[in-house]
Amino acid sequence: MGFELFFQYIVAGVTYGAIYAIVAIGFNIIYNTTGIINFAQGEFVMLGGMTAFTLNTFMPLPLAIIFAVIITMIVGALIEMIFIRWLDNPSVLRMIIITIGISILIREVALHVWDETVRALPYFTGNEISSIAIGGVRISPQVLWVIGVSSVIVVGLHFFFKLTSVGRQMRACADNRNAARLCGVSTRNMVTFSFMLSAGIGALAGCTVSPITYVSYNSGTLLAIKGFTVAILGGLGNSIAAVAAGLILGILESFSIWVMPAAYKDAVSIAILLLILFVRPSGLFGSKERFGLKEF
Amino acid sequence: MPDRRFIHIGFFAGAGIIIQLLTYFTGTGYFLTQLTMSSYYAIVIIGLCMLMGYAGQISIGHAGFFAIGGYLSSAMTTHDLTPFKGSLPVRLLDSIGFLVDRQGLYGEQILHFQPWVSFIFAVLVTVAIAYLIGGPVLKLKGHYLAMATLGFGTIIYSIVIGTPVFGEADGISDVPAFALLPGLTVSGKMSVRIENFYIAWGLMSICMLLLLNLVNSRVGRALRSIHSAEDAANAMGVDTATYKLRIFVISAVFASVAGVLMTHFNGGIGPSEASIMKSVRYVAIVAVGGMANLWGALIMGLVLNFLSLRGYFGSLDDAVFGGILIVIMLFSPKGLLRKETLSYMRDIVLQRGSEEDNA
Amino acid sequence: MLEINGLNRRFGGLQAVKDVSFSVREGQIKAVIGPNGAGKTTLFNLISGYLRADSGITSFMGKQIQTMAPHKIARSGISRTFQHIRLFHEMTALENVMVGRHTQSSSGFIAGMFSLPGTRTEEKRIRNRALEIMDFIGIADLADTDATSLAFGQQRGVELARALASDPKLMLLDEPAAGLNMKETAEVAVQITKIRDLGITVLIVEHDMSLVMNISDEIVVLNYGEKIAEGLPLEIQKDSEVIKVYLGDEDA
Repeated sequence: MGFELFFQYIVAGVTYGAIYAIVAIGFNIIYNTTGIINFAQGEFVMLGGMTAFTLNTFMPLPLAIIFAVIITMIVGALIEMIFIRWLDNPSVLRMIIITIGISILIREVALHVWDETVRALPYFTGNEISSIAIGGVRISPQVLWVIGVSSVIVVGLHFFFKLTSVGRQMRACADNRNAARLCGVSTRNMVTFSFMLSAGIGALAGCTVSPITYVSYNSGTLLAIKGFTVAILGGLGNSIAAVAAGLILGILESFSIWVMPAAYKDAVSIAILLLILFVRPSGLFGSKERFGLKEF
Repeated sequence: MPDRRFIHIGFFAGAGIIIQLLTYFTGTGYFLTQLTMSSYYAIVIIGLCMLMGYAGQISIGHAGFFAIGGYLSSAMTTHDLTPFKGSLPVRLLDSIGFLVDRQGLYGEQILHFQPWVSFIFAVLVTVAIAYLIGGPVLKLKGHYLAMATLGFGTIIYSIVIGTPVFGEADGISDVPAFALLPGLTVSGKMSVRIENFYIAWGLMSICMLLLLNLVNSRVGRALRSIHSAEDAANAMGVDTATYKLRIFVISAVFASVAGVLMTHFNGGIGPSEASIMKSVRYVAIVAVGGMANLWGALIMGLVLNFLSLRGYFGSLDDAVFGGILIVIMLFSPKGLLRKETLSYMRDIVLQRGSEEDNA
Repeated sequence: MLEINGLNRRFGGLQAVKDVSFSVREGQIKAVIGPNGAGKTTLFNLISGYLRADSGITSFMGKQIQTMAPHKIARSGISRTFQHIRLFHEMTALENVMVGRHTQSSSGFIAGMFSLPGTRTEEKRIRNRALEIMDFIGIADLADTDATSLAFGQQRGVELARALASDPKLMLLDEPAAGLNMKETAEVAVQITKIRDLGITVLIVEHDMSLVMNISDEIVVLNYGEKIAEGLPLEIQKDSEVIKVYLGDEDA
């Protein structure tokens, strides 16, 4: 394999990996404040990409993306308020089934709104054939967009949790919900907010990646499984590690095409998920001790 | 006590006869096709009910086992071995009677595996895979178990859709009839429609009886104890890991057997049978039926699948099951047909009966 | 009958059980006492196989059991109850006790599915024996009640019967009187001595001093995971160190 091709594989891997990392961070945000794994996480990405596509038919691209993100955030908030908020200490099994149900409903609504066609936003800058030369290799500008936006999301979240009052309250909830409540933090609102936040970053990621990967009503499930793989790989709840894990999975997946049929690409990353679950469910970077203490 | 189980099953099997006669006299014999399919699906569902409702282990990948059964047996009974006729393994298989010849759709000769052989092979593979997957998967709990089984289902789906032998997106068609016994053939032909309804209904009744027996046995009690307090079950000497694995394998075999027979009945199988939506649908039906309620799962499995196959849900088919899942879990996590409701209804009926006796 | 030799277990920086050794003789009631966090429940979890010891040997009837899985330990004749009641919900009290009979019966999946004649007679035997045991504990009238809908004290009774149903040689009782009032505690005391009179050895972890002093033949005192005293109840009551760390603690 020549250097050029090798580099293309890396670039493709990083692009997908960045998206998986964002989905994984979405999982983590909700998991940290509620202890729930939201199986509908992938649907937020799909919803963002699809909504932006429709909005873009009658408004400029930047505006379409902003509104798509806002709409998806509202959907996220509504889901929490309608389905989650009033449940009193539900069992894990019940929560799993409910979020799976939600993901199916979103999918089905999407199917009826956008039918089965695969959609894509236009390239943010340039078009399909434009490319930028970096160190003698040519890559699409959209790849830079994906990497750039993902980095902004990660860094932005970092400062959001560190510096803003809402971010600090959410972290307080994650650490100890009862203590946070006693200190006057509205844990319920924080949960709603965590759904909005993870819907928002999912939608933004969906918009950014859609010119390259395309989006259709059923893109969500696979993204959710892969995002979950990444979240587990990095250790559930640990978002910095999720970025590293996302890149690892993306690149592994990308190179798997090299050794086996492309149709099995998805099977590869899921096999990795199963392997990790079997061997080291605390993740590559997590400590076993801490995993043992968390009850499921 | 065990006799009451036999009475219930007897009534249920009898209901099959009544249904068949009804369709005969009302001229709605075409319903039998969907009823037959629903019966096969119901077998998957009661198996899953045993795993989920009684042993408390969720599986969002059971369509995978159905697909393993269906796809293996259909690939083995449609793939033409004539080009390899000279090779030693094929000659060997032929000489022990594992292969048969038949005419294909376009009059060509197809040499393929005898359906019984492929059936048994498919079930054995299912057992092997279920053991292999189940061992590590069932050590997981909650979200991890759900994701792992979902992952398993997705792997099977992507294998099916990416492998030429399995027909990729088109699936496999022209699957031959399966002669269970002389005169008893699983096939979609109009002439054997009634016979096939009875095969499916009968098999479902037998499966149900087996599971009812199991629930009411020492093993069933141990499985329920795993569901409610795994550590305490362990302290009572229940080998929880082995028990979970065995019931996982049993429910996988149920799904696989249903997959094989359904495929021979339909004459083909497509990738949608392996999809996550199918797995979720099975989970939804078990949930509506009342989780730890075999009869609920059976009846809901029949009714909902029948409605779906008849197209009553229209293009909202999947949405209906998603909606059912949410509504049930939000408002009645113990299911609609739960024991309390049923015994309440029975009390009403019995009370009326005794009043009539008094009068 | 039970020999514990140099048992150690550490959780992160906390040494929960530190070099604990003692033995339980057949037919006696032995109690493990100590202030909160002394490592009593950890010790129980080590003996019954829920936790692996970092080092040390547990042997039961001459066989080392410290690496055995919990269900195997149960099968070898040790049964236990839990500090926080762990009854099987959505099962009747009788069914709970019948699960306790698991080690004393053998029908498997195939036999169960086909309801073979052997399984049916075995099932009858399980039921009868479970009822006998419930009668022995004095809760036979609760047999058909849903276990988790019972009163707290009755639930303790069911748990005791369930543990007894396996015909154990050694019973581990984890705070059998926790949450019970004085009258119920007295009943538990009677039940435990009755169990001992059946020839079953009892190892008990308990907070309630009066219960322990009344019924136990020997007492081990733990503090911060270490054994600080062992002896007859009267000796323990007079032991100055015990009074200092335990009874003193209790008064404060």
